Amino acid sequence: METVTFQIWRGGPARRGGLAGGGKLVDYSIPVSEGMVVLDAVHKIQAEQANDLAVRWNCKAGKCGSCSAEINGIPRLMCMTRLKDLPLDKPVIIQPMKAFPLIRDLVTDVSWNFRVKKTIKPFRPRAADAADGTWRIAQSDIDRVQEFRKCIECFLCQDVCHVLREHHLQDEFAGPRLLVYTAALEMHPLDVEDRLQDLKRAQGIGLCNITKCCTTVCPEEIRITDNAIIPMKERVADRYYDPLKRLFRALRGRKKN
Amino acid sequence: MNEVDLSGITRRFGRTARRDAWWVKPLIVFLCLSSFVIYVTWAAFQGKNYAYGPYLSPLYSPELFGDSPHRWLGPKPGGWPSFLPWSPALLILWAPGLFRLTCYYYRGAYYKAFLVSPAACSVSEGRRRYTGERAFPLVLQNVHRYLMYIALIFLVILAHDVWTAMWFTDTRTGSSSFGIGVGTMVLAANVVFLAGYTFGCHSLRHWVGGIKDRLSGSPVQRQIYRCAGCFNRRHMLWAWMSLFWVAFTDIYVRLCATGVWRDWRII
Repeated sequence: METVTFQIWRGGPARRGGLAGGGKLVDYSIPVSEGMVVLDAVHKIQAEQANDLAVRWNCKAGKCGSCSAEINGIPRLMCMTRLKDLPLDKPVIIQPMKAFPLIRDLVTDVSWNFRVKKTIKPFRPRAADAADGTWRIAQSDIDRVQEFRKCIECFLCQDVCHVLREHHLQDEFAGPRLLVYTAALEMHPLDVEDRLQDLKRAQGIGLCNITKCCTTVCPEEIRITDNAIIPMKERVADRYYDPLKRLFRALRGRKKN
Repeated sequence: MNEVDLSGITRRFGRTARRDAWWVKPLIVFLCLSSFVIYVTWAAFQGKNYAYGPYLSPLYSPELFGDSPHRWLGPKPGGWPSFLPWSPALLILWAPGLFRLTCYYYRGAYYKAFLVSPAACSVSEGRRRYTGERAFPLVLQNVHRYLMYIALIFLVILAHDVWTAMWFTDTRTGSSSFGIGVGTMVLAANVVFLAGYTFGCHSLRHWVGGIKDRLSGSPVQRQIYRCAGCFNRRHMLWAWMSLFWVAFTDIYVRLCATGVWRDWRII
């Protein structure tokens, strides 16, 4: 069996500033076998060399979104990253997500995402289509938003987004995951709620500069930028940046938010 | 166990733990876009050798004013400023140029390659201030939809140029006859690539159906929206193919006009 070295971030929130605080990368060398994923290696290290290594995981099947980390600098799910796909002649670097406050080792506090999610206007359906209080939806109308329902909330897209990761604009920008969530509501064929003002202001969609990093790292292969963020940018442009549409709205007497 | 201290992690430009050659893609984009802009600027200021027989370079189409038989309105306008070099391309090239400049795909590409914002995913920018596309000047990118409308008109004009490129004039008799040359095929491929690029435009997809939550009641509109979605899935590919082919089409017409290449008649 081949022996591979892993450099795993070890450190807690001792000092303010997350990774820039008091942590360090620690080398662990273990024998690896065919078919192993990074999470297997981390478990082996945890069992044999570092019993106190903190790592969050659950399903080991790429569906719970718990084991998000940065492997050789790229945000990925540890359970879905095969060792054979990594260059094993050099140490494999495993670090926690950098966009979120570090709790310890590979575990970060992602609760900010859930707090922001609560601020998004919830689903508000139109009046029922039938007398029995039910609605009718064509499959073709719901297809578009079903792509967004594949999201497992691993928050890799939030982690890789430079607006959050590099510029720390969490107070002004909701990030790709929550823009996808908003798009799923906003484009729902039954929903009648208006979230465009929030998209522009509270969620700061204008801060996204479409580098598509979120799409690149999404383990569910959701076309986040093309199918969620850009359509929302276009709707915001309809409302706020299109003078002709503003004129038409004014002539038709529609109220602007 | 060896311990490597990384407590010095800062937001320095280019800092990353990535092991792959992350700089290759932005470098290629930088070189390709720079080469294209330099060539097109040079070609636009030439003001000559842009037409050959029935062929007109797409960089000069529509030729509103000019000296070739393809012109629409007449020769160089009298009020043209003397300090500015005259070229028919200068009147029209701003529209397709701005259409590409404000394109969602190209924006993402040149933000990385030229503005290093960021240079690549999970690579530090080293920049402190960031306002994205919600402040001047980048908020002006929202003009893209208007440029898309103009691009659609250009597409019709370029398609008409292909039709024109099928009618060859006999220099002795002055009569024109139907024919297809290699240049006709080059011009036709240019329209195909530009159409693939324009039909996949995000703003067009929004315009034709993305604006609505329900399309099931409008089968024709739904089909058009799905069609735009198909082109949109390969938007990057169409963008690059059309970019290269526009430049090549100009090169082809230019080299034929200067006698370097000979245009072969197929029919």
